[in-house]
Amino acid sequence: MVPLSWYLIFAAALFSIGLFGVLSRRNAVAILLGIELMLNSVNINLAAFWRYGDVSIMTGQVFAIIVFAVAAAEVAVGLALVISVYRRRNTVVADEIDMMKW
Amino acid sequence: MTTTTLIWLIPLPPVLAFFLIVLFTNRSKWLSHTIAVGAALLSWLGSMIVFVRALGVEHLGEEPFESSINWLPTGDTWFRVGVLVDPLTAAVLFFVAWTVLMIFLYSVGYHNFGQPEGDHDHKGLSPHGATVDEHGHKHVVPSVEPMYSRFFAFIGLFAFGMYTLVVSDNLLTLFVGWEIMGLCSYLLIGFWYAKPSARDAAIKAFMTTRVGDVFMLLGIAYLYYATGTLSFRQIFTEQVLHTLATVPSGFLGFSAAGLIGLLLFIGTIGKSAQFPLHVWLPDAMEGPTPVSAMIHAATMVSAGVYAVIRMFPLISLDEKTMAIVAFIGAFTAIFAATIAVAQNDIKRVLAYSTISQLGFMIAALGMHAYIAAVFHLITHAFFKALLFLGSGSVIHGMEHGVLHTGNHHVDPQDMFNMGGLRKKMPITFWTFLIGGFALSGFPLVTAGFWSKDEIFADAFANGYIVIFITLALAAFLTAFYTMRQITLTFLGEPRTDEAEHAQETPWTMTTPLVILAVFAIGYGWVGIPEDFMGLHLQPNWFHEFVGGTLAEHPETIAFNWIPLLTSLVVALGGLYLGWLTYRNVNSAAEDRLQIPLLKNKYYFDEAYDFLFVKPATWFAEIFVYQWMDKGLIDGILHIFGPATQGLGSVIRNYFDVPVINRFFGDGSADVTYGVGARLRAIQTGRIQQYLMFALVIFIVIGAALYFFLRA
Repeated sequence: MVPLSWYLIFAAALFSIGLFGVLSRRNAVAILLGIELMLNSVNINLAAFWRYGDVSIMTGQVFAIIVFAVAAAEVAVGLALVISVYRRRNTVVADEIDMMKW
Repeated sequence: MTTTTLIWLIPLPPVLAFFLIVLFTNRSKWLSHTIAVGAALLSWLGSMIVFVRALGVEHLGEEPFESSINWLPTGDTWFRVGVLVDPLTAAVLFFVAWTVLMIFLYSVGYHNFGQPEGDHDHKGLSPHGATVDEHGHKHVVPSVEPMYSRFFAFIGLFAFGMYTLVVSDNLLTLFVGWEIMGLCSYLLIGFWYAKPSARDAAIKAFMTTRVGDVFMLLGIAYLYYATGTLSFRQIFTEQVLHTLATVPSGFLGFSAAGLIGLLLFIGTIGKSAQFPLHVWLPDAMEGPTPVSAMIHAATMVSAGVYAVIRMFPLISLDEKTMAIVAFIGAFTAIFAATIAVAQNDIKRVLAYSTISQLGFMIAALGMHAYIAAVFHLITHAFFKALLFLGSGSVIHGMEHGVLHTGNHHVDPQDMFNMGGLRKKMPITFWTFLIGGFALSGFPLVTAGFWSKDEIFADAFANGYIVIFITLALAAFLTAFYTMRQITLTFLGEPRTDEAEHAQETPWTMTTPLVILAVFAIGYGWVGIPEDFMGLHLQPNWFHEFVGGTLAEHPETIAFNWIPLLTSLVVALGGLYLGWLTYRNVNSAAEDRLQIPLLKNKYYFDEAYDFLFVKPATWFAEIFVYQWMDKGLIDGILHIFGPATQGLGSVIRNYFDVPVINRFFGDGSADVTYGVGARLRAIQTGRIQQYLMFALVIFIVIGAALYFFLRA
């Protein structure tokens, strides 16, 4: 059986890829993709800890499903915002959406 | 109703009338005078009932009608006020009630009730006459007084003051009545306040009497301090009087009684216009004539004499005070009589004659001739009221003439503009003649003769020869100027068109004249000495009655021919000489007695102006206003202003501006601004940079926590 630490290393790697994507991509859609990666790395952690802990307590699995639901809703809202911004500003580059600065 | 209750009620109707008129009825002339005259009538009725009941009491002097109530708490005891009617009060009440009622009635006619409103009358000026259209042609008739109701309100209050003064059983309420009259005197002398002369006269009267009043109040205070009471009955006990007479006052060797007496007497000098405070009374003739009659003949000046008579048991304790009283009285009598000789204004002659006659009474008191003083006070009130009302009637008649001719430059009060009025105004003439003869002391028939004769008899019998001669001279002058007045006014032929067209006055004015004339003759008969001219007549009723007031009844003076003959000679001689001198005088230029010194009243007004008014004005205007106020006080204030301003600018320049504004205010703002300016660089608006910051800080804090918490 694959040891737990492998899962954790895999999840951490996936989280770092996601974080890198969020910080480095200019396209807002790509940033959203990065966020999805980070969320899913967490899900892997949750599932792994459930499997290697007390299997009868379903908290980890349930929490992973809630994260799916939240992620789906978040992506729906996020994409809608991106479309709305594109319509007004004709761009989806995150650096160019800087109206909030002083 | 018991007699004491009635006495309490006597002063009330006039004061009620005053408030009713002032508050409610002042728009209705008819209602106002009805209320006022009705109130006077009620008071008169009460006074008469009290008088008649007083006559029925055997020993009224020992057991007077009295009643008092607790009024003012003074420590453990009460100050009691109340009413007292002893023989003196009863006699005074009698003449006050009569004269007040007559004057109220007379005022109705004097102020032209029933006449039309004037064409151009103003409030505060005497009426100028109204034009009426009758049978197709116009003529001018007298117009009604514009402030008719106000006049009746004032004299109502005045009557209240007089009645209060008379029925008081203590000096304090007497003084209250005294001051109410002072106020009313001011209001009524200045009744035609739009005339500057009337205003000045009102202020002069008020200020001059105030001088006397202050001393009187001092006397009252001293008396209260010395005895602890102001009630007459309590003061006039043998024990209290003895104490007062023996305790020295520490002032020029006067006893306490002497000093109190002197202070109270100074009050009388002011009120009764004695020398040297006589100057206000002649000027008081600026008021309407009923006021002159009421205040300056019948009541107010009488109140001054009444107060000394009332305090006689106290004043008579000190011979020095009595000497001063006698001197002032006798001097005033002759002094005022000489001035009266040279006056041309019909009312001013009477004013000086009043001063002179009051001097007679004061002199009589100074000679211990108590009853003679009371007697002359009462007869004088009657005939002087008569004379004043008569002169008012003459002026009224003359004003009628002035309205007829339309020549308003003719002074209706100047006797040289009159003459021959006996045919035009017969009732006025005959009553004025009676009054004048009473004033002169025309023998046997008139009241003035009996009262003046009693003063002479007392002076002679008690050995006051100097006063006797002085008063005889004054009486001679009195007869002389009275006859001068009658001759110039009524006898001969009219000297002006106005006198030619003078007219008799209405019944409301002549009725009081007739009634007062009856008293001017008849009242003398109550005081005929028992052994007059060696005859054996009825006992002297007046002597018996009023003498009962004093603890020791004054002795009856034996008859002596010398004072009687003196009295006869001066009266008849003066009257004859007056007629002889003035029967052919037609103008002031022909009058050889118009000596400037007399004409100008010995320059007393000028002297007082120089001695008191000018210095007072200088003190107020220059010293207090210019020097004290503008120089000293304002000077100090002007230092404070710049000093405070300087201090303020120092604080501002060296503390407020640099410390508060620059350092704390601007400094904190600059720091905040500068910090903000530097920090805003990180506000890029780029979400990835923010996230980068968050990540870095998270790693740093996480590393720190890991590092520290591990241990």
